Amino acid sequence: MQASLRGRAHKYGKNVDTDVIIPGKYCNIIDIAELGKHAMEGLDPEYTSKMKPGDLIVADSNFGCGSSREVAPIAIKGSGTSAVIAKSFARIFYRNALNIGLPIFESPEAVGAIENGDELEIEPAGGVIRNLTKNQTYTAAAFPPFMQSLIDAGGLQPYVERRLAEKA
Amino acid sequence: MPMTLTEKILARHAGLDAVEPGQIINAKVDLVLANELSAAVAIGVMRQMKGADRVFDRDKIALVEDHFVPAKDAQSAKIAKLMKDFAVEQKITHFFDVGRGGIEHVVLPEEGLVAPGELIVGGDSHTCTYGAFGAFATGMGSTDIAAAFVLGEVWLKVPWSIKLVYSGKPGEMVFAKDIMLKTVGTLGIDGATYRAIEYHGSTVDELSITGRITMANMAIEAGAKNGIFHADAKTLAYVKERTDREFIVEKADSDARYEREIQIDIGSLEPQVACPHTPDNVHPISEVTRDEILVDQVFIGSCTNGYIEDLRVVAKILDGKKIDPRLRVIVNPGSQKVWMQAAEEGILGKLAGAGCAVNTPGCGACFGGHMGTLGDGERCISTTNRNYVGRMGSPKAEVYLASPATCAASALTGRITDPRVAAAVAV
Ligand code: SF4
Repeated sequence: MQASLRGRAHKYGKNVDTDVIIPGKYCNIIDIAELGKHAMEGLDPEYTSKMKPGDLIVADSNFGCGSSREVAPIAIKGSGTSAVIAKSFARIFYRNALNIGLPIFESPEAVGAIENGDELEIEPAGGVIRNLTKNQTYTAAAFPPFMQSLIDAGGLQPYVERRLAEKA
Repeated sequence: MPMTLTEKILARHAGLDAVEPGQIINAKVDLVLANELSAAVAIGVMRQMKGADRVFDRDKIALVEDHFVPAKDAQSAKIAKLMKDFAVEQKITHFFDVGRGGIEHVVLPEEGLVAPGELIVGGDSHTCTYGAFGAFATGMGSTDIAAAFVLGEVWLKVPWSIKLVYSGKPGEMVFAKDIMLKTVGTLGIDGATYRAIEYHGSTVDELSITGRITMANMAIEAGAKNGIFHADAKTLAYVKERTDREFIVEKADSDARYEREIQIDIGSLEPQVACPHTPDNVHPISEVTRDEILVDQVFIGSCTNGYIEDLRVVAKILDGKKIDPRLRVIVNPGSQKVWMQAAEEGILGKLAGAGCAVNTPGCGACFGGHMGTLGDGERCISTTNRNYVGRMGSPKAEVYLASPATCAASALTGRITDPRVAAAVAV
């Protein structure tokens, strides 16, 4: 069972690319906490100092476009950000986020209504996003069944372990 | 059921007669690629997976040191070593350290590791480059790569295909890079997200292998999962010279279903430039040069335009001349083989003579890694593929993307320059 996620919204525009989520010069870092210190640095150098653990990133379309660096969702997760809500996600970022367990939600409706600083609460299981500041509720697109089964299993790793066991 | 080129390759690798867009498949991979950045994370993930002690096939994994090598600092040395130790431990056949490799996407085709009809995944978004050879190739993150390392298979969602049909003959100083910049400008940076791009038409039939590489390479700049060309006589000649492995050449059915078909006429296309800060902010050079745009750095290299053909174009423009004294020009040949060929043809000497810094092969400045990182307020024109904020260093720097010819012409004048004008001046 996934816990609910709660925090304040930090709003950004469209096409937030991986170069601003974690600039290339930090891509040789493997430590999650260390990566987390530089999350969103290319776009908003203040992000990590103004956010509190549990806060959420709310962005327009095509979030995470650009490179395949898995350190992008890892840095966001490492910063203590609990989830990303966007109108849409770039393909590789979407896979990476699911694989590393960064909750992501696709909801144009939510992105349209949420304002910077709004207090949000999400129930991951049903994709229900509650705006506590505005007293509104939105729903995120459901994951395709295969991906939902990956999420339920706890990410790609258990899936691979099961496949390996089947093959052995 | 009629299928596109991408669908045919995916179906065969999934052991199915047919697939359709949206379907999720489990596909066998012919090659898994990683560089030191993606490998460092992937190896960590693999170590945590129960029962995952060995890679599925030591001959079907390629590990290339290219992003931060020769190591720029101790941390980079640490991850380079991490990958090397893994390669030794797992007895990986295709491991390329500096001095033997270069940029992953330049090295793999050169080494005969890419063939038509194959399915390749890589821990790098520009893995789509191998579509130039009629292979299905796509970039993934490190956890997916770790899974592919040990399983030899990946889950994939079959993408819709977009058919791009090019016509017309490129004019003077118009290259594959200009055609692809125009394409990315037309589609937009998310115009092909979750889609396969299939390149068609007389213009691309006439393109060299290098030209097709440049175009397939930047499919990701429109958000595409892969970009793919049909293999032809040129492809087969290139591949057979480098491997005797068997492969199956696939062809899209004439009645295959495409999500969209877009016609792009190249006949009157000018050289193109992507202005800051997205690769789809593309304008014809005549528009860009209306203002005087001074530059501090010119970068020639990358998996988009770091090939011998590209260096020949640059050398031809710079030969016997001097670059503008206000700027620096950095050249990174794409691979050790490109470097050696360029040395043999006297190109390296000509470039150095003109005042260029010629580096060892690798990614270098392309992603703001090292050897040419931009500072605050600096402006660069580059043959690379991305110009997002901070891509080449400071978030307060600006990057323009263009062909090697446009970059070389700009190196002579110190400002963004139409290579057709520079050529006229040179005569
Ligand atoms: S040359 Fe640039 S785009 Fe190509 S693999 Fe290296 S960093 Fe990536």
